[in-house]
Amino acid sequence: MLSRRFFLQGAAIAGCSAAAHPFMSSVTLAAVPGEQRLVVIILRGAMDGLDIVQPYGDPLLAQLRPDFPVGPDKGATDLDGFFALHPAMAELMPLWKTGELGFAHAVSTPYRDKRSHFDGQDMLEAGTGMDVPLSMVRDGWLNRLLQQMPGARAETAYSVGDDELKILSGSAAALSWAPDASLILSSQGRTLLDMIYHDDPLFRQAASEAMQITDGGDNAEDGTTDPDSPDLMAEPMMAAPADGMAAPGAPAPLKGAVGAAASLADFAASRLRGETRIAAFSLNGWDTHRGQEAAIRGPATQLAAMVTTLRQQLGPVWDKTLVLGMTEFGRTARQNGTRGTDHGTGGAMLMAGGALKGRKVYGKWPGLADADLYAGRDLMPTADIRAYAGWALRGMYGVPVDVLEKSIFPGLDIGADPRFLA
Amino acid sequence: MEFSTLAPVRFGFGLSPRQTPPASPDEILAALRGPDLLAQRWPGLTTQEALQMRDEFLRLRKAEAQNVPGATEDFKRQRQAIDRSNVGGLQIALARAVEDPTGMRERLHAFWRNHFTVRAKRTPEAPLATAHGEALRPEITGSFPALLRASTLHPMMLIYLDQIASFGPDSKRAKKRPDLKLGLNENLARELMELHTLGVGGSYTQDDVRQLAELLTGLRVMAEEGTTFAPDFAEPGAETVLGHAYGGDPAKMADIVQVLTALALHPDTSRHIATKLAVHFVGPEPDPALTGAMSEAYLGAKGQLLPVYEVLLTHPAAQGGGFLKVRQPFDYIATGVRAMGFDGKAVMAFNGPQIRRHAFKPLRDMGQRWLGAPAPNGWPEAAEEWISPQQLAARINWALKAPAGLQAKLPEPADFARAALGPRLSDLVAQAVPRSESRPEAAALVLASAEMNRR
Repeated sequence: MLSRRFFLQGAAIAGCSAAAHPFMSSVTLAAVPGEQRLVVIILRGAMDGLDIVQPYGDPLLAQLRPDFPVGPDKGATDLDGFFALHPAMAELMPLWKTGELGFAHAVSTPYRDKRSHFDGQDMLEAGTGMDVPLSMVRDGWLNRLLQQMPGARAETAYSVGDDELKILSGSAAALSWAPDASLILSSQGRTLLDMIYHDDPLFRQAASEAMQITDGGDNAEDGTTDPDSPDLMAEPMMAAPADGMAAPGAPAPLKGAVGAAASLADFAASRLRGETRIAAFSLNGWDTHRGQEAAIRGPATQLAAMVTTLRQQLGPVWDKTLVLGMTEFGRTARQNGTRGTDHGTGGAMLMAGGALKGRKVYGKWPGLADADLYAGRDLMPTADIRAYAGWALRGMYGVPVDVLEKSIFPGLDIGADPRFLA
Repeated sequence: MEFSTLAPVRFGFGLSPRQTPPASPDEILAALRGPDLLAQRWPGLTTQEALQMRDEFLRLRKAEAQNVPGATEDFKRQRQAIDRSNVGGLQIALARAVEDPTGMRERLHAFWRNHFTVRAKRTPEAPLATAHGEALRPEITGSFPALLRASTLHPMMLIYLDQIASFGPDSKRAKKRPDLKLGLNENLARELMELHTLGVGGSYTQDDVRQLAELLTGLRVMAEEGTTFAPDFAEPGAETVLGHAYGGDPAKMADIVQVLTALALHPDTSRHIATKLAVHFVGPEPDPALTGAMSEAYLGAKGQLLPVYEVLLTHPAAQGGGFLKVRQPFDYIATGVRAMGFDGKAVMAFNGPQIRRHAFKPLRDMGQRWLGAPAPNGWPEAAEEWISPQQLAARINWALKAPAGLQAKLPEPADFARAALGPRLSDLVAQAVPRSESRPEAAALVLASAEMNRR
């Protein structure tokens, strides 16, 4: 894998959401007092919790999903006699056995019924309740946390020169690398650019940061793409699609996608070993409307690679770390007519880290019978996913419950502590 | 502000030394009412041609797999032809944008292409993505119901949002082949209401999504004739969408056309479209008086779009407010190429490497892969989404390389600054340009200036 360079966007809290950006490979990093580390991975596209953490002990699951491989007989790994882990994540089983991996099931944000990815993701990043119009939801729960913590600082690291979240999208290919980050300006040109951008803060700040990073720069990655290659656009399109809607039999994501996911986690780990205490980034590709058996393998493998990399690269700090993998909503309990699943409600959350009391699937299981499903189609959410994030912030950073319910996750009823921290 | 200062920035692709900017909204409206001269001059890929290219690709891939002599070479050539058609689609779009005297038709074309985002997930579909945009074109100055039909029933949309794999669970076909377990896929039905018509705040429910998905079953994409309707694949019986019953037995394409028209003319759609247009053209928080007037014009004209554009061009709330937006990368490159003094003919004469180096690849580096929006909601509007440090670095580098790479014949830097920015030339830029240590850097300062990027 090519080494990727990241650079930091200012110490100020950016105007846009501090949570991971949908179009960029970016990592939001925050320094807060204390030694505990929190890593939030936003799983974009709606991860099918019923496929990643399969309640195979309920015979209804196989009936609802006759064409999906379900349970240990079809390759999943048994967790506790009722739930089983998707085969693409088997590499995480050692962590399960040592109590460093766990899940919460039947969770969701308070977002209901419209099942729009875009609004659902806003909710997750914003962490607000439905008491404010979605169009007004802009800042993120992380921003609000930082405002509550004296001495906290946030910064956003971008991968240099690659704009879309290709490295995480499953369509990554060596050809997609576009690290055109060198600035070929003379020093006088730089001075003059500084001057002409003076009155426009957006351009002034972006240019000054671009110059800062390219000054330090090894530009070894330049020239990895040949703009005249006829396959420039063809190759990435032949790989698994970015949003995971792969046709049956589509090729598995390239090794590069897994490697890139790992390298993003590696970068986050390098910062978490330093002053950073909270890191947030995204993983795309979970929108498996068609041919889910093939389509979910890519993002699942990439998620496992991220967790494995964090485990390896955090070293002793892993013991103080909690990783949360959160998605905007779950998917339909039944398979649809194209061997995929459509947008649903309740889903699953991944938890990992030495700070976790793992080896457990947390949450109240609602059942899969028709009457138990939400609107007769989706897994019924029995807990607010934000309550888990809230209890994590309470336990790790001592954030008071009333601040969590009023300021950080407005409208949240945090409920009883699920006691998932070690 | 003079309309001739406002219009090229808000409704066009900036200034060209070869053209006089429109002096009044009437000039723009007259151009929109008239024939689509630029599509006549540089026609894009037709759906028929795109289907043939896809078919040929699939045929040759099969032949190659069967080791037919010569098939490997033919297959490679077909792959290259598809790649060229993709880059060629960009070249045509750029030529039209650079040539269009008012710019508004091309800006609208880009807007609607994005509103109805499609993306080829597989190589053989790439020509269809180009053709989908071309199929929208005749309707963007007509009515929204017709535009919605052109988009929804196009093979690329049916492929992109999985409609081709959706079957009525009780259709004849599903019953005949129970082993295939054919059934519904909600993807197109949901995005039709959420993104294309009512908007996510619109008055639809999950049941409406489901019912619409059932109503849409039967749509197929055939190798030769493109979109067709197969009653055997359709869910039997009527479906109720937003309280109205559609269809019945036998299922027909006309039922689908009927529901599309109803969705198009729904008041929620008028508000969604009005707001989206205003946010795109005017600014992030458009005056409710403007969007209200646009929405009224839309409903009053039964979805005819010219009356809506007329409000957008003439309403007082669309005249001021400052230039808070940032040109999206395609818009930015077209504006720059236009400012350099090229016309459409010159753009069509750029060779392959020029288009790839100075348009196709820079678009990607600036964050807007050509016809490659990552999700069906298309590209973002907010200025901050487009000016990250590395995106701005890509714009600055383009400004440095493109004039030489495209062999632009630029005037003296100070003159270039005046011609490119007109009345918007700021003192800061005017002072910086003569202090540059080289002509290329002086030109780059003009092209990279905030005034050139903002709109």
